[in-house]
Amino acid sequence: MSATEAAAIGLTHGGSEDTGLGHRGPESKSIIVPYGFWLFVLSDIILFSALFATYASLVHATDGGPVTNELFSRNLVAVETGALLLSTFTCGLAIIAAKRANMLWTQVWLLVTGLFGLVFLAIEISEFAMMIGEGAGPQRSAFLSAFFTLVGCHGAHVTAGLMWIGTMMAQIWTKGFGPPQVMRRLLCLSIFWHALDIIWVAIFTIVYLIGTLP
Amino acid sequence: MSADDPELAREGPREPNEPLNVAPGEPHDSLLSETLSYVVGLAFAVILTGVSFWVASTSALWGPGVAVGLVVLAIAQMGVHLVFFLHITSGPDNTNNVLALAFGLIIVFLVLIGTIWIMAHLAANMGPTPEMTNLMLQRG
Repeated sequence: MSATEAAAIGLTHGGSEDTGLGHRGPESKSIIVPYGFWLFVLSDIILFSALFATYASLVHATDGGPVTNELFSRNLVAVETGALLLSTFTCGLAIIAAKRANMLWTQVWLLVTGLFGLVFLAIEISEFAMMIGEGAGPQRSAFLSAFFTLVGCHGAHVTAGLMWIGTMMAQIWTKGFGPPQVMRRLLCLSIFWHALDIIWVAIFTIVYLIGTLP
Repeated sequence: MSADDPELAREGPREPNEPLNVAPGEPHDSLLSETLSYVVGLAFAVILTGVSFWVASTSALWGPGVAVGLVVLAIAQMGVHLVFFLHITSGPDNTNNVLALAFGLIIVFLVLIGTIWIMAHLAANMGPTPEMTNLMLQRG
């Protein structure tokens, strides 16, 4: 299709060559791989939306067991939220350093990201252990089953993300920034980690804050 | 990671306010402006989180509206994350990302609203009324 033809039917974007419609053939792998990963992350978010819908349907089905107001502590959640938010920030800083092939700062920021993630996970596991110890485990009521499925699924994602961070630190250490797949994997990791924080925003709002309203 | 590092900073004269002239998702060429975009995103996220916790704790607001306000704040914060951290923009090279996001959001809202709507009606219509419970007890 010629440029004038494309302009005539409105396919050009203000003089930019890139119409986003694939007129220039397939994009490079550094575009396609993060895009495919973005599709995965979106489908993951759809999975979480089903878990949120389940939780919202079952939140009052407590079967005489503990209710949200008795179980959740806002202070702990505030610390968890802060840790995850800072880790998503430092993850961005790691990408900035990696784009400039700065080994030291990429490793430092990835390590800080992982440590904040670890703080988050430790608090979450201790919270789960405390609840199960008090007899408020996932078998107690439909509400608690939904709670442990939703929050536990997010925690499992954080765990997977932590392992991925460790793997990437080792890979960057041994391979450097030379091979193009290293940067692609780092970009996918950052998309994954930012998406985890987006889901956490929904969890701390819907489960913890709305759950502890007077 | 200092902007004065010759290895990191690119060449060329800069306007004093240039770092603020780049949209959050656009490619940055200077370390300072790229870092600044993340700092601005973090600041927005911290403010919105703080407001969320404040809204949930205060008694100054009208009770029934608080939950709705919290959901709005959460959606705003997700928007901040998308723009400043995931770099979703309205630019032409982002068309595919935005389309996929829009489709994902449609499914998310269909699942959420559909489930909550239907299950709330089911709970209201199918739950045993006092008369039914009474009847079952008599038959049992």
